[in-house]
Amino acid sequence: MKKEEVPQDESKLETANIREVYYALDENGEYTTELSTGWDPKTIALNNALDQIKERVENAKLRVLKNQTSALEYYMELHKMDVSILASYVGFWQWQVKRHFKPAVFQKLGLKKLQKYADVFGVSIEELKNIKG
Amino acid sequence: MQIDFKHNQSAHCENGVVSNLMRHNGFEVSEPMVFGIGSGLLFSYLPFLKVDHAPVFTYRIIPGLIFKRFAKRVGVKIKKEKFKDPKVAKTRLDENLAKNNPVGLQVGVYNLVYFPDEYRFHFNAHNMVVYGKENDRYLISDPVIEHVTSLSEKELEKVRFAKGAFAPKGHMYYPVSFPKTLDLEKAIVKGIKQTSKDMLAPVPIVGVKAIRWVVKNIRKWPKKIGTKKTNHYLGQIVRMQEEIGTGGGGFRYIYAAFLQEASKILNNNQLSEMSKEMTNIGDLWRDFALDASRIYKNRSSETDGYNKIADQLENIANLEEAFFKKLKKLV
Repeated sequence: MKKEEVPQDESKLETANIREVYYALDENGEYTTELSTGWDPKTIALNNALDQIKERVENAKLRVLKNQTSALEYYMELHKMDVSILASYVGFWQWQVKRHFKPAVFQKLGLKKLQKYADVFGVSIEELKNIKG
Repeated sequence: MQIDFKHNQSAHCENGVVSNLMRHNGFEVSEPMVFGIGSGLLFSYLPFLKVDHAPVFTYRIIPGLIFKRFAKRVGVKIKKEKFKDPKVAKTRLDENLAKNNPVGLQVGVYNLVYFPDEYRFHFNAHNMVVYGKENDRYLISDPVIEHVTSLSEKELEKVRFAKGAFAPKGHMYYPVSFPKTLDLEKAIVKGIKQTSKDMLAPVPIVGVKAIRWVVKNIRKWPKKIGTKKTNHYLGQIVRMQEEIGTGGGGFRYIYAAFLQEASKILNNNQLSEMSKEMTNIGDLWRDFALDASRIYKNRSSETDGYNKIADQLENIANLEEAFFKKLKKLV
């Protein structure tokens, strides 16, 4: 790729004032670096990935409201986590976390355990128990 | 307290930290040189490991290995420390800063506040340098950001003790001893030999063979797992190839820059020709990403499109195989 071909498409990076480095050839065929504001193909890929996360969050929320899972699963999706990541943050086994997804088990969860989840998600126990519908 | 530290932006965080720490200690080593000597280039496909609900594709070796190989090959000794207790981790960091010693840190990206939200995923192998502390804020040189920045004590602790795969556990590292002069020639040869060997490895998850495995899967996926999931997987490939830190074309351009620099140091004109070939291969990876993005943008489900990008990838695999067979013999 030549220096002048380094893409300068719009992306979310600009909002944080970030530009990234590309390696490209100058007019003499020597490698040099050039800053880029973004490239559409990867912006589309990122947006698709973010849409999928949104879909997962909405889906989890619906299932919480239908009492098919606990709010923990909703918060997990909201924080782009999966069971293994959540388990390592709260310090439980994965099977324990999955068990806590059961509404009946979640209802009886002790304060200490609830607090661990609340801390990881940065919410109060009250918010943990009642997600905004 | 602020250490006189020069921040240079780089494409990739690990190369950048190493290059900046070397420069701080009086050794001018470029980012491509660190990447090439550390044998950073690779392709790997790990279908049994999922990130963001898609398999792992990577265009580079595992985090930390570039620095380790680079240090060993040029004769630099590194001190590495990991911690259980965040308080001890903080004390050790403060001690180093008090001794005017800038240190490298491995951190998680998810809670890195100066990154845009959209880019904050649970990726735990990001690297940065801490070069001072002012008003209880740590001064940060993050190699992928244009300018230096800062983090509060709490913010830094959070990213140093991120959890999940590759959890950093406060990982802190810095060079402690250097050779009198850097013998780059030998190190370059070792770096090139290793990369050629890795790319031609007779295992399905690494190198050219892994690219061919992905080719086969792209042809199968639309029928087997449906177009929605296939497109998500393609998106993952493109993101891993082009996301911040690869310098474009899945590290292929950085590698081409390395070969160009190496040809001058080794006085080997053929390496400069190889650099041009690698640039062309990088361009083909970019074309592949562009065409793959067209598929998932239009959400088109015609299998022709999938076969077409699979053909492109197959061509790349053939070219990289020929490339590394040739490269191996030139050094």
